[in-house]
Amino acid sequence: MEEEGTIEKIAGPLVVANNMRGCEMYEVIKVGEEGLLGETIRLNGDFAYIQVYEDTTGLKPNEPVVRTKSPLSVELGPGILKNFYDGVQRPLKAIKAKVGDYIERGVYVEALDRTNKWQFTATAEEGCEVEGGDILGVVQESKVIEHKILVPPAIRGKLLELKEGEFTVQDCIGRVQTDKGDVELQMMQKWPVRHGRPYKDKLDPEVPLLTGQRINDTFFPIAKGGTGAIPGGFGTGKTVMQHQLARWADARVIVYVGCGERGNEMTEVLEDFPKLIDPYSGETLMERSTLIANTSNMPVAAREASIYTGITIAEYYRDMGYDVAIQADSTSRWAEALREISGRLEEMPGEEGYPAYLATRLSDFYERAGRVKVICSESEDRIGSVSIVGAVSPPGGDFSEPVTQNTLRVVGDFWALDSTLADRRHFPAISWLRSYSLYSEYLGDWFAKSVASDFMEQREEMMGLLQKESELQEIVQLVGADALPPRERGTLEVARMIREDFLQQNAYHDIDSFCSLEKQYLMAKAILQWYDSVKDAIDGAIGVDKLERMRIKDAMARMKYIPNKGFRAKYDEIMSAMKAEFEELRAIEADVA
Amino acid sequence: MAVDVSAREYTTIKEAAGPLIVVEGVEGVAYGEVVRVVTPGGEQKTGQVLETSRGLAVVQIFEGTSGIDTSKTKVRFTGDIMRISVSQDMVGRFFDGLGRPVDGGPEVIPEDRLPVIGAAINPTARDYPREFIQTGISTIDGMNTLVRGQKLPIFSGAGMPHNALAAQIARQAKVLTTGEPFSVVFGAMGITHEESAFFMHDFERTGAIERIVAFLNLADDPAIERVITPRMALTTAEFLAYEHDMHILVILTDMTNYCEALREISAAREEVPGRRGYPGYMYTDLSTIYERAGRIHGRKGTITQIPILSMPDDDITHPIPDLTGYITEGQFVLSRDMHRRGIYPPVDVLPSLSRLMDEGIGPGRTREDHAGVSSQLYSGYAEGRDMRDLVAVVGEEALTDRDRKYLEFADEFEKQFVTQSRNDDRSIEETLDLGWELLATLPEGELKRIDEHIIKKYHPKYREAK
Repeated sequence: MEEEGTIEKIAGPLVVANNMRGCEMYEVIKVGEEGLLGETIRLNGDFAYIQVYEDTTGLKPNEPVVRTKSPLSVELGPGILKNFYDGVQRPLKAIKAKVGDYIERGVYVEALDRTNKWQFTATAEEGCEVEGGDILGVVQESKVIEHKILVPPAIRGKLLELKEGEFTVQDCIGRVQTDKGDVELQMMQKWPVRHGRPYKDKLDPEVPLLTGQRINDTFFPIAKGGTGAIPGGFGTGKTVMQHQLARWADARVIVYVGCGERGNEMTEVLEDFPKLIDPYSGETLMERSTLIANTSNMPVAAREASIYTGITIAEYYRDMGYDVAIQADSTSRWAEALREISGRLEEMPGEEGYPAYLATRLSDFYERAGRVKVICSESEDRIGSVSIVGAVSPPGGDFSEPVTQNTLRVVGDFWALDSTLADRRHFPAISWLRSYSLYSEYLGDWFAKSVASDFMEQREEMMGLLQKESELQEIVQLVGADALPPRERGTLEVARMIREDFLQQNAYHDIDSFCSLEKQYLMAKAILQWYDSVKDAIDGAIGVDKLERMRIKDAMARMKYIPNKGFRAKYDEIMSAMKAEFEELRAIEADVA
Repeated sequence: MAVDVSAREYTTIKEAAGPLIVVEGVEGVAYGEVVRVVTPGGEQKTGQVLETSRGLAVVQIFEGTSGIDTSKTKVRFTGDIMRISVSQDMVGRFFDGLGRPVDGGPEVIPEDRLPVIGAAINPTARDYPREFIQTGISTIDGMNTLVRGQKLPIFSGAGMPHNALAAQIARQAKVLTTGEPFSVVFGAMGITHEESAFFMHDFERTGAIERIVAFLNLADDPAIERVITPRMALTTAEFLAYEHDMHILVILTDMTNYCEALREISAAREEVPGRRGYPGYMYTDLSTIYERAGRIHGRKGTITQIPILSMPDDDITHPIPDLTGYITEGQFVLSRDMHRRGIYPPVDVLPSLSRLMDEGIGPGRTREDHAGVSSQLYSGYAEGRDMRDLVAVVGEEALTDRDRKYLEFADEFEKQFVTQSRNDDRSIEETLDLGWELLATLPEGELKRIDEHIIKKYHPKYREAK
């Protein structure tokens, strides 16, 4: 039975309703005659304060308000991948088919198509004991993802029946005998977005999430199950960075949340993903992705919900045993939505008008990341992960503001974007001096085993050189580069090569956009080898001017445009050419002497 | 939209404060409803409901509250939301900030009456903008390319020639492939008579006046009206673009005045202020203006937006330019330093950006060398500017040969590439060739951002050899 209240007051996205005693916090409410979607965020006697996920223009006091008696939930089942949702999981393509080019209010379309039939192949056996998280069977959801149909978390008992064949997400596919009676199983389950899905155990972040981006993988790696933040002012490349991670990260499933950002950026993702090829599976990126969009002009309350919708979907695929990466662009817009609602509630503001619970909400969100042993029977050891990368848009590019600062307290990777780098079109504009990765010590073993034993040493050496460069630059600013001793000028030169030839990476270049780990390692090796030879040459009294003008440097600058495949052969050529040129220089020097 | 047919009239104003009135004893007032007010002096005003609860409505009055009293003033709730009458005949006409004709011509015979608050475009319905617009201005075409359906603001400051630049863009802009001109929808918020006259004379002089719709809220017009003016302009633009297949360039000036009006209302409502007293929802509010630029699948017309804003104290981190930059697809930043040195247009390319450039340029759109040339010009100019700072400290003698070349490059870049006259309409080929001439002064080995085969094809050295 439904219970009804009436609207008392409307102020923007906030509606106050009367006669709502008994209503729960975060319960979904249908507001007004059009049944606009909302959620209670404060209760006071008979009054409920409701944030409405749609435009409230035209609503009047006294219109009805209906309780649904369930918290804001998402539908989980086959059909999520390749789909494109708004902040509260309404499928945008279906909405377009229903009402046209603009998003109108009060449109209700189910998240998962109720008519589509999926081929379900049973893998569990009838008669066996099952519990939450156990795999009942599989559905080929997309070309690359086998969707595992799981027993919903709270259910445990004997599997009485399990069918096989073509079913819709709501059809009964089996029955479980539990303590509380028989339960029918469907392919679809619902889960409240504000609660993390359960898991058995969190594991150490020992495996990197590779991104194909040199500065991320080699300098500031992120672990599978890790968290990272990309703060930067406008125009520093946050979104391009997020797109790059969504494209090339070696996660099996990507959840991309466009939270309060530009409409055209979502369109870009939507147009690109079905065309770009995933380097790991050979199929298009869309086959492993789901998109959630609440563009900046879409209702602000749905923006607050969008990241929870995203993370819940990510956890669901994690429970199947997949590595999932979620990109949230931008968490600042989410925080601002929180602030706007808080302001309308007339709560006491904290720093810069943000509510005092901003830090708690942020850490709750980021803590839902992790590489975990998922729930399932003792007999199985399934591991899945959710990695979160959140963009942060600090006002005026000032990192001291509350969203950036509170985010930094909980994330493991800090990729600081620098507007002076962006101004000179050094992309990705990640500052090598300010950024850090807390995972690098955990990941060292993996890199040593999987790439090369000196991978981490090379990284340290390059970072050391860049640090040294910034010190030398201060001197150069005072006395000019000419006044430096030859060895220091060699250091400046190699640092420049690291910056321009290694760290700069062109997201729009067909080859450079993705750089394999082997190529990253060899590129670094070539640059450091050049530096070693330069140091020897300088000790051998060869003029630093000559070294700065070496021909091999052009070839090294173009290493990034050599395809990943067959890079080693080209690398060998470059190395022998380098050796030859150094010998040539020495020979000339010897002649002069 | 539920519309109450029975309009209701009250004389129960409880409170008037700043631009707001509070009406009590009301019934069934919808959020966002339009209100007509008649003062005891007979003056008519228009307002909009900001907050409604049982028996109480908060209304913002666009013309300001002067003349309103708490006993005789009549308040009529119309039962309808804010709408504008639109028609193709609006082209060539001038209106005030609320959409009433001010050019002495007749009322518009409406083809339609559209709500001024636009719904959000479904992202799946958007068509990605990728048609190159040639503005004839090298710093824009060559390095911060504008494409059809983009929103690209000019960040300026008091006393800088942003109006001249906007007028030049409006005059010269064309799509290369078809040569179609743009119609201009011009929304003025709180600019002076002189500024407005400048635009009008310029449009008149070039004949553009026949394809323009202007909404003018000038400096002495009611301030609160400004929050509705851009929406009037954009609703008209959408109608012309999507119903009549026109390509529309929307110029909104000055967004800073718009934000001031927003702040005034927020302060009157005693809301918790965000940065510098601007309301916390300013980002969302601005996005409902800027995001109305774009293209839609299956519709021929497009909307390109060039909002102009003057940065208070030239501070790009001020909330107005800051929030704008987070929504728009790039920005043109004018530099006071360059303006002082007599450079026109004083576009500082380093902080300027066009996010949609990559898709709008290249073979078939502009030329295959465009991306490389642009990127190389950027890095060269940035390096040259660094050298200027260095020279100020250590003197030119301390520079290496290479550094000196960059120093000269930066000077020549400003002199030849950036500077152009107000009537100079350069083709994209001219712009790119000019870029190559400058790049040719650098050693070829320095051109790391351009593919080798492109250098071989376009570098003046090899071209002459051919």
